Amino acid sequence: MDLSPILLSLETSVAATATVTLLGTLAAGWRVRHRGAAFELLDGVFLLPLVLPPTVVGFLLLLLLGRASTLGNLLYGLGLRLVFSWYAAVIAAAVTTFPLMYMTARAALEQVETPLVEVARTLGAGEARIFRQILLPLAWPGLAAGMVLTFARALGDFGATLILAGNIPGKTQTLPLAIFFAVEAGDTEEAVRWSLVTVAISLAALGALNLWTRHRTGLSMRVVQQD
Amino acid sequence: MEFHAEFAAHRGQFSIEMRLNTRSARVGILGESGAGKSMTLRAVAGLLKPATGRIEIDGRTLFDSSAGVNLPARERNTGYVFQQYALFPHRTVAENIAFGLAHLSRDEQEARVRALLGRMHLEDMGARYPQQLSGGQQQRVALARALATDPRILLLDEPLSALDFHIRGLVEKELIDTLADFSGLALYVSHNLEEVYRLCDEILVLARGRVMAFGAKEEIFLRPPSAEVARLTGCKNLSKAQVTEDGRILALDWGVPLRVSQPHARAQHVGIRANHIVFADAPGGENVFSCAVVGSSETPFRRTVYLRFGTAVGSGPHLQAEVQRDRWEELKGRPMPWHVRLDPGRVFVMPE
Repeated sequence: MDLSPILLSLETSVAATATVTLLGTLAAGWRVRHRGAAFELLDGVFLLPLVLPPTVVGFLLLLLLGRASTLGNLLYGLGLRLVFSWYAAVIAAAVTTFPLMYMTARAALEQVETPLVEVARTLGAGEARIFRQILLPLAWPGLAAGMVLTFARALGDFGATLILAGNIPGKTQTLPLAIFFAVEAGDTEEAVRWSLVTVAISLAALGALNLWTRHRTGLSMRVVQQD
Repeated sequence: MEFHAEFAAHRGQFSIEMRLNTRSARVGILGESGAGKSMTLRAVAGLLKPATGRIEIDGRTLFDSSAGVNLPARERNTGYVFQQYALFPHRTVAENIAFGLAHLSRDEQEARVRALLGRMHLEDMGARYPQQLSGGQQQRVALARALATDPRILLLDEPLSALDFHIRGLVEKELIDTLADFSGLALYVSHNLEEVYRLCDEILVLARGRVMAFGAKEEIFLRPPSAEVARLTGCKNLSKAQVTEDGRILALDWGVPLRVSQPHARAQHVGIRANHIVFADAPGGENVFSCAVVGSSETPFRRTVYLRFGTAVGSGPHLQAEVQRDRWEELKGRPMPWHVRLDPGRVFVMPE
């Protein structure tokens, strides 16, 4: 049996989650320090992939990265054929999940009390150090939840991946695509198998988050009980 | 130490105009909530950018709008103690105190932290987390953290207000000692008159973002420049005033003519503090008036007596007098009218 859909799904989801965690957290960290109408508009752009159907996101990405566009043309000139490659699957998953991470990270960073940041500034800390040593550790539980949501959503992406990366077995055929094409080919047994695998991975991700949160809560409980 | 600040700052509809030039080490900023006290501290710390003006300490410019100077908060060398302390919850007490010492070697940091823990009576607390400490201990950690960087300006924003009443006095005593050792400028924000009086040398009275008075604390309390400052510094008895031809002051709201020791050519208001009012045994004499007691209320050690001039019990009281409990025991059986004496040396007049 060809296990490549499992491997591909895990690889693309992990890669997308890593990318989106980094970019989404940085974008959110930058955004919480800026207020104003222009930034609200930017929020709209950031959140667009969440409200658009994944097929539309995939199609827009195809237009953007395909050979017909200036950007696509430039990338082709550099030898980067993104469309219908493994990278396309990662990009599709990353773009569709970005809003989730961005929103969760923003909420997590915003609930860190302002005086903590301000007092750090008066103590001589620069913005990068404040982000690393104050904001990130205090927002960490929220960020971790965002990462799990991102991973689960990336694992499930179908529309955007299909349009941008295609359905190339062993290269871009992730679990959702494998399921769809198994159903289409009448291979119910295989579709059920892939579905169960997907359920298992998703549950494992949620379980890991739960365990981890409980562990952390337990830690802080112990800290308080020492008193 | 020499500090100059003259600036205007806005936030939304609210604006402040600050003017504070001082050589004194401990300046209290007194005002009701929303007067602009915290905003003043934030502007000095560099957490809020004034629209115009200049802030400098010992010749070092922190902010100067005309020269385009606006040092970021991290370069201003201020120590800020927030009302709720703002301790980093994920760092131990020692790590909190060491946060501003990142430029020092590990050994130096440790020595510094140990010294501060000792000074603040927190020797065994270094490894604890802030949430494991009592309010008073948290306050001391916040102070130690602020002092760790040897700031030139210490900004204290209602540092005692989050504490339970019974330990506030104790912590205040420690704070007085700490401030006595501090060589820079301490700006102490509070709405508590007595606290500011005990902790500071000079007082700046703020209302609606404007400086109402500034000077030595005794001066501000003895001779407030306006009725508003008198009220903000806790004076309960104020009346509009008019200078009469014989050189006395007619207290218009009270309907009595007063002799006043203080020069008073431009008296607009007259006032006397509740604890300066005394009761005479008989009518007659300077500034002695008949009055009726229209009510009284009790505190553990004192009695507040509400008085109305004249013999008829009319509507509201004119004066509030504070008397010690034992004095009240002597007074309370006396028949009406009582005779109240407003000592000419205690009555003060205000040009505004």
